[in-house]
Parts: sequence; structure tokens; C-alpha cells
Amino acid sequence: MGQLLEIKNLHARVEGKAILDGIELTIDAGEVHAVMGPNGSGKSTLAYVLSGREGYEVTEGEVIFEGKDLLAMAPEERARAGIFLAFQYPIEIPGVSTSVFLKSAVNILRRERGESELDAMDFLKRAKEKLAALRMDQKFLSRPVNVGFSGGEKKRSEIFQMAMLEPKLAILDETDSGLDIDALKIVAEGINALRSPEKATLMITHYQRLLDYVVPDKVHVLAHGRIVKTGGKELALELEEKGYAAFDAASKDAA
Amino acid sequence: MTVPAHRDASGVHEATCKAYLDRFAAKRAELPGAGLPWLDAWRERAIERFAEHGFPSPRLEEWKFTNLSKLAETVFEPIPSAANGISREDLGGYRLEGASDHLLVFVNGRLRPDLSDTGAPGEGVTVTGLSRALEDDAEAVEESLIGAGDPSAGERASALGQLNAAFMGDGAVIRVAANAQPERPVHLLFLAHADKEPAGMHPRNLIHAGEGAKLTVIESYVGLSDGPYWTNAVTHVTAEKGAAIQHFKFQAEGAGAFHIAATDVDLHENAAYTSFVMSLGGILARNEIRARYNGEGVHCALKGVSLARGRQHLDTTTRVDHLMPSGVTDETYKGIVDDRARSVFRGKIRVAPGAQKTNAYQLNQNLLLSDRAQADSKPELEIFADDVKCGHGSTVGDIDAEALFYLRARGLEEREARTLLIEAFLGQLIDDIEIGPVRAMAREAFTGWLAGLDG
Repeated sequence: MGQLLEIKNLHARVEGKAILDGIELTIDAGEVHAVMGPNGSGKSTLAYVLSGREGYEVTEGEVIFEGKDLLAMAPEERARAGIFLAFQYPIEIPGVSTSVFLKSAVNILRRERGESELDAMDFLKRAKEKLAALRMDQKFLSRPVNVGFSGGEKKRSEIFQMAMLEPKLAILDETDSGLDIDALKIVAEGINALRSPEKATLMITHYQRLLDYVVPDKVHVLAHGRIVKTGGKELALELEEKGYAAFDAASKDAA
Repeated sequence: MTVPAHRDASGVHEATCKAYLDRFAAKRAELPGAGLPWLDAWRERAIERFAEHGFPSPRLEEWKFTNLSKLAETVFEPIPSAANGISREDLGGYRLEGASDHLLVFVNGRLRPDLSDTGAPGEGVTVTGLSRALEDDAEAVEESLIGAGDPSAGERASALGQLNAAFMGDGAVIRVAANAQPERPVHLLFLAHADKEPAGMHPRNLIHAGEGAKLTVIESYVGLSDGPYWTNAVTHVTAEKGAAIQHFKFQAEGAGAFHIAATDVDLHENAAYTSFVMSLGGILARNEIRARYNGEGVHCALKGVSLARGRQHLDTTTRVDHLMPSGVTDETYKGIVDDRARSVFRGKIRVAPGAQKTNAYQLNQNLLLSDRAQADSKPELEIFADDVKCGHGSTVGDIDAEALFYLRARGLEEREARTLLIEAFLGQLIDDIEIGPVRAMAREAFTGWLAGLDG
């Protein structure tokens, strides 16, 4: 399958501080990539730069998504182009009901893809299926977005939204953190259910354990804002064994 | 009469006060009920008190955030010309489907029977115009106005209430007999069409629910012209033992209008009073509610929303006196402020010695949509009893940037996401309105307001 995302020499800073220092990464359709790295290596910054969050300033490099200049696009344009960010810390939005917000988002993306909009019945039917698959209560739909959810519920809610929105590229920012092993398996099933030859997933994680359930095609090690090593799924196990220190040293030598 | 020189007004106001005194001297015989000795004396005392105090100055604590100097620059004709051009067709949008069967329409302060539907709302309920009531049953009006006493008489902060008393034109007199529980609301619609002169309307409403009675009242103030005029309304509400009153107010005055309204609420044992005020009209508006709990077990819910844009100044002032034990106050006001507008909230809850088991909570939240928007918020508790549960909260904030990004990252356009967040800020308050047609009207007004937001 063809190339979906290409990140070239990406440099970015936050509040004047350089965080990303020349990221090179290409993701083809159908692939699952994992970016692993210690705290402070720039993992979340990468996720936010790709989704267009304010305050993340790109100083050099480019990102091409399906042939388009991703960095020139507003956050909503990126979402409409098929990029989804599962937030590390999902935001609570009191007063906005999950179903109202999500139905609106689902239909925006469906229109964008040239599909027919879901009416209330179809939306509800589909939402119930996805919720059941994620072992989530249907009451969740009528609650305000993320309000009063536990950490684990918020993470599941992100995967539920992803399932409803059917993105081409899902960026999962530490979706595994804060989940117990049962919840982790459920979330992994949800991620795997979306795997297809047309879609791709970028998992950003500190730990290897999610990769036991969502097996990546490629694993990248991020340190000090650049990718210092790329390998297959076995690289994750190597990391688990040796820790990040070995790669950290390599990156410092390179710099 | 002369204007005393000791007043602290700047002098500009003195000319206006003098003009009102002159108008009073010249027109008092034209006022409703003129010739009734008690009323003549009552009005005369009122204009004297107004003259003594003048327009309340921001130096008074009660008016600290609301400056009336613009209002005091103009003399608003206290007996305005009638606007005869208005017909039933013009009322279409202001009638509430299912809630306006008993409608009193006032145009420029005067009841228009030809536009009203004054059929009795139910057994035990009488609805009349004040002017008419002074002709038919002046004694009952006297009892309501004077017998109840005027707790704020003589207070400098209430000088505009005194001006209302002096020029009191028309208004609604609603009485519900003991245990009467009309199913349908009574709707009071005050229309202003002041294109000829700056008109000054001084309506006074008397609402009385007898023991065990129930009543729903809707007050709407709508401007049909954008020029300057002034509505200076006073409403007395009394709920006797076990009575329940739901009171909705919709303030949609014209763009150049001043709206000052004081609602005095007397609540007796186990009475319940629910107020919801939606304020979005006028250039300067103040809704003041003063509630007194005269018996045990009163339950009072005070809610409201202010939507301010342009250079509007919208003030909500409440004063709740827990004079007896076991009263409950549940108070929430929210303001959304755009452009260079300002919202003001002053709320005082006073728990008197002996008003044990009081449960009172007061919340004011403001959402600022522009850098130049302003919100002043001053919740206040004065507690002189020791076995009470009281609290208050106050917030002023911008749209949550993280929430905005979250929604945009799901594909919503920035404008759409902003609107959703603004809607979320006070949508629940509107959804909680129990009366369907009122809820629908509030929802429609809010949606219309949101549609007018700049990108």
C-alpha cells in the first residue's frame, strides 16, 4: 500500500524550548508503528504537532499526509483529512453531551468522506455496538464529555470515539497508561478491530506491554527529540530488557 | 418643591431631578387614582424622598458597579404618549404558544385591553390592570401597597423605586385565592415603542398568592424601537403559607433602553418561590430581587442568565433575608459577556439570628468572550446563626482552550466548537426551566443570541 504519512526533518519547540530535533518517520497504509521513548523525549510533542495544537511551534521540516502539507492545516482540517488523536489526558467538557458532540463529529467526517450522514437511530445503533465491544455502559452517551470518568474510562472513551470516527491515521498518545490489564486487553481489541490495509496507527508509549496485544510492524526509539533506532517488534522487547539508557547514550554520541 | 442642595449628586442630576419634580407637579392629576387621598399622599411622599436622595450614586455599596449617570442625563417623560399603531399582529412573536392564553399587554406602560386576553385563568384568580383596580377596588390596592409596608422606603439605594411610586402608571394586579391552582400561566407583556420622545415607564405589579395557592407568572419586556426609553418597574410578590409561585422574566428591551426593575418578594411559612430571569436587552439593565422569608420552611430558587454584547451593562442584584428557620435558598446566575459589555452580579444572603437550619447556596459564573469584556461578581453571606449550611462561589473565565482544541481535533470547526462550549456554559440552566413554552422561548432567544456571535 502507499505512503500515508511522511515526517521529514521535523523540528519543533514549546515555549521557546526545542523539543523535536529532526524527526524522520514514514508510515505506510496498513501499518502499525510504535514510537517509544523515556519521559521528556518528545513523544507527546510529536502527537500534538501532528494534530495541530496551539503553542507547538514547528521551526523546520515538513509533514506530508496523503500528499498534502499537514502543517498548513487547522486542527479540524487534519481531523477531516482522517487524523485522530487519542489524548493522553482527555479533556472534561461539562455541559456538552457525548452523543450530541460525537454525532456531530461523526457526520462531519462522513460528509468529508462522501458518505451519507447517520440519522439519530443509525448513530445510536452504531454507538451501542461499539460501546458493547469496549464493554462500556450505554449511559455513557448521555453523559457530558469525559466528566466524572475514571482515568481508565476516559481512555476507553477515546478508543470508542476513534471507532466511531474511523480515522485513516490514529495517533494514540499513551493510551495504555493508567489501564489495568483487563482494560488494556479491551482497548487493544478496539485498536486491532480498526486495523485495515487502508488505515494506519501510530502508538506513542513508554511501555512495551500494549505491544503484546497490538503487535506493531515497526518500532522507533525516540530520544532527545529524534528517532535513534528503528526496528521490528523485537526492538520493543530489547528496550524492555535493556532500558532506554543504552539508546539514550547512543543518541548523545550522535549529537 | 425644591431640590435640597445637600445631595451628593454632581449637579447634572439635579437638573433631571428638578425636571421630574416639575413633571410631577404638572401631571399628578393625570396619574391613575388621582384624587384618592391616600394615594395622593403616598405619591407625594415618594417624590419627596426621590428628590431628597436623587439618583443612586456608585458611592453607594448597592450601586457600586452600576453607574446611572447616563440614565440621569435624560428626562424620560413619565406619562409617555400612547403608541396606537400596535395591533394584535405585532404580538405574534411575543406570545408564548401554550402559555399566553391569559395575556396582559401593556404598551408604553398602559394596559391595552384591545390587545389583551384577560379571560379568567381559572377559579379563584383575578387579573386586572392596576389603573383599573384603582377605579374598581382602590381599598384592596391600598392594602397591598401600603398595608404591606414598604421595607425599602427611605433607603437611598431605592430612590428609583420612589420615583416609580410617584409616577406609578399601570401594571398587573394578580390575586390567587387560597388553594386556587390555575393550570395556565398569566403572561404580562410590556411593549415599548418610544420613537417620539424618551419615554419613562413606571409599571407596578402586585402579585398575591393566598394560602396553598399556586401561580405561574411570566413577565416579558420587549422593545419595539431602538431609541432611548426607560422602564422603571417595581413588582411586589407575596406568597402566603404553603403557596408556590413560579416567576419568569424575559428582559429584551430595545437597544437604547434602560431597564431598572426591583422585585420585592415576601414569602411566608413553607412558601416556594422560583424565579428565572433572562436578561439580554437594553443598554443598561438591572434586575434586583429582594426576598424576605417571613415564615419557616421557605424554599426559594433564584436563577438567571445575562447575555451581554456591544456596550451593554447587565446587572443582577439579589438580596435574600432568611428571617426564620429552615429556609432554603438555591441561587445560580450566569453571564456571558462579549465585546465591550459588562455583567455585574451582587448577591447578598443574610441569615438572621435564630434562622437556624438555613440552607443557602449562591453561585455566579461568568464567561468572557472578548478581551474587553468585563464581569464583576460579588457574592456575600452574612450569617448570624450558628446551625446553618451556607456557601457561595464565583468564577470569571474565558473559553477553555484545551476543550476547544479537543473538539477541533475531532473535526468541529472553531466557530462551531466555540458555540458548543458557550452553549454548554449555561444550557443546563435553560433546560431546567420547568414550563415548556418558557423553556422553548429561552432556548430560542439563546440560540438567536449565539447566532449573532462574531466568528
